[in-house]
Amino acid sequence: MNVPDDLKYTESHEWIRIEGDTITVGITDHAQEELTDVVFVEVPDADEALEAGDPAAVVESVKAASDIYAPVDGVIVEGNEGLADEPDLVNTDPYGEGWIYRLKVNDVADLDGMLSADQYRELLG
Amino acid sequence: MANSSDADIKQTPLREVHEKFGARMVPFAGWNMPVQYSGIKAEHLAVRNDVGVFDISHMGQFIVSGENAGAWLNRQLTADINKLGDGQGQYTFMLNEQGGVIDDLIIYRTAADSYFMVVNASMIDEDYAWLAGKLEDGVTLENHSDAWAGLAVQGPKSSDLYSKLIGDALALPPRNGIATAEVDGETIVVCRTGYTGEDGYEFFCASEQGPKWFERFVTEGEEFGCLPCGLGARDSLRLEVCYPLNGSDLSPTRTPLQAGLKFAVAMDKGEFTGRSVLAKQLEEGLGERLVAFKMVGKSPPPRPHYPVAVNGEIISEACSAGLSPSLNEGIGMTYLPTELAKIGTQIEIDIRGRRFNAEIVKKPFYKKG
Repeated sequence: MNVPDDLKYTESHEWIRIEGDTITVGITDHAQEELTDVVFVEVPDADEALEAGDPAAVVESVKAASDIYAPVDGVIVEGNEGLADEPDLVNTDPYGEGWIYRLKVNDVADLDGMLSADQYRELLG
Repeated sequence: MANSSDADIKQTPLREVHEKFGARMVPFAGWNMPVQYSGIKAEHLAVRNDVGVFDISHMGQFIVSGENAGAWLNRQLTADINKLGDGQGQYTFMLNEQGGVIDDLIIYRTAADSYFMVVNASMIDEDYAWLAGKLEDGVTLENHSDAWAGLAVQGPKSSDLYSKLIGDALALPPRNGIATAEVDGETIVVCRTGYTGEDGYEFFCASEQGPKWFERFVTEGEEFGCLPCGLGARDSLRLEVCYPLNGSDLSPTRTPLQAGLKFAVAMDKGEFTGRSVLAKQLEEGLGERLVAFKMVGKSPPPRPHYPVAVNGEIISEACSAGLSPSLNEGIGMTYLPTELAKIGTQIEIDIRGRRFNAEIVKKPFYKKG
C-alpha cells in the first residue's frame, strides 16, 4: 500500500498536502482500492466555505457514493475539474492527477491534529 | 468514507473460499456476502463476454410434493403450473390478497408430484410462513435452504466450463430446465436460468461440497476468462436487462402488471391469490407503470430512492438505479403514472439537491448482440 511520507492523513482516508496555508486533498491509495472503479467525482465550487467534517466532495464507484470530508475549516480554492472527464484518475494516480480539491485553511494550527504517514500506516494495520 | 458491520449475520458455506479469492464481504439480506473480488466492472464484463461464478447459497430452496402439489401451487403462484412438464421451470410470483408481490421466484417441476422452488434470500422465512399457512391435504412443503450451497455460473462461455467440469455426467438442461444427478456419490441439481441476461445455469449441491465446487469453477474456468463475481456485478447485470429486484422494483403494494411483468402471470388459468385485483387493473387501468430511464448528459450515477421529478415537480423515486458498466451510462427504473410512462418522457433525477436530466427509454437497456 502506497503511503507517501511527505503527506498528512485523516482517519477517514483522505490525504493532505500542505503548502503554506493551502492544502490539497485527495483519497488515499487504500481508499481508492476499497472503492474500486471510480465512475464520477463531484468536486466543490471555489469560494465555498466549509467547516471541519463537512462533506466537501463525493466520489462515486459503480456501487456507492462516498462523501469526502473537509479535514479542517477553510474556503475552497478549486475543485479538480479534470476529474469530470477522467474520474478514474482517482484510481490510477490517487496522490497526483487524482487530487480532488484545494482548500485555504482558516487556521494552520488545525493541521497539527492530522495523522503522519506512520500513524496512518498503523491505522491501516 | 465509512464501513458498516453486523454481528448477527448468517455466513454462507463458501465464506472461507471467498476470502481466499480476495472477496470484500458486506451484509446483504441478513447474510455476509461477497460484493466484489477484482472489481464490479471487471466482473460485470467477464459475465457479458466470458463467464463468471456467483455464490447464491443465500437463496432459498423449497420442495413442494404430494398428489395435490401441482393444483395447490397453481392457486399460490401466478404461473400456470399445469403447463410445466417434468424438468421444466418458470419465473413466477407469489402474490398477497391485494395482488402485490410477496416474492418473485422460479418454480421447477421435477416430477408429476414434486416441485423445486428457488426463492429470494430475504424472503425465505416469510415465503415459507405464507405457504405453510395455506397448506392442504396431499401437499408437503419442505425448506431445504440450509442444506444446499448454490452457484450461479453465467456468461457466453458458461456451457464450455460446464462441459469441462461436469461433462457427460449430467447433460446441461435446456433453457428454464432442471436436471438432477449423482456425480461421484454427490447429488447435484442444475437449473438453466440466471439473472444476468446471459446464458448460464445454477448449480446446487450439499452445503459442505459448495467450497470445493466454487473453487473448481473459478480455477478451472481460468482458460475461459472466468472470474469469481459478487453481488455488485449481479446487481448491475440484472439492472441492464431490466430484471426486477424484489424490495426495490417489486413490492407488496404493487402488482406484477404495474411492474410490466404480465408474461409471468397466467390470467386464464383460473383462480389464484391476488387474481381479482389484477383482473380489475386490466379492466380499469394500471394507474402507474414501472419504466426504464437513462441519464441524459454528464451526471452522477442515479441510485435507488433518488427523487424523480416531471415538469419540475417531484412525483416519484428511483427504484433500481446505477451506472451501467456495459453502456457506461446512468440507468434506472421508476414508477410513473401511466399517462407519463411513455418512451421519450423527459424527467429529472434529484441527486443531492441538484436536478439532472433523464428520459424514459425502452426496456431493456442492454440486449445481447
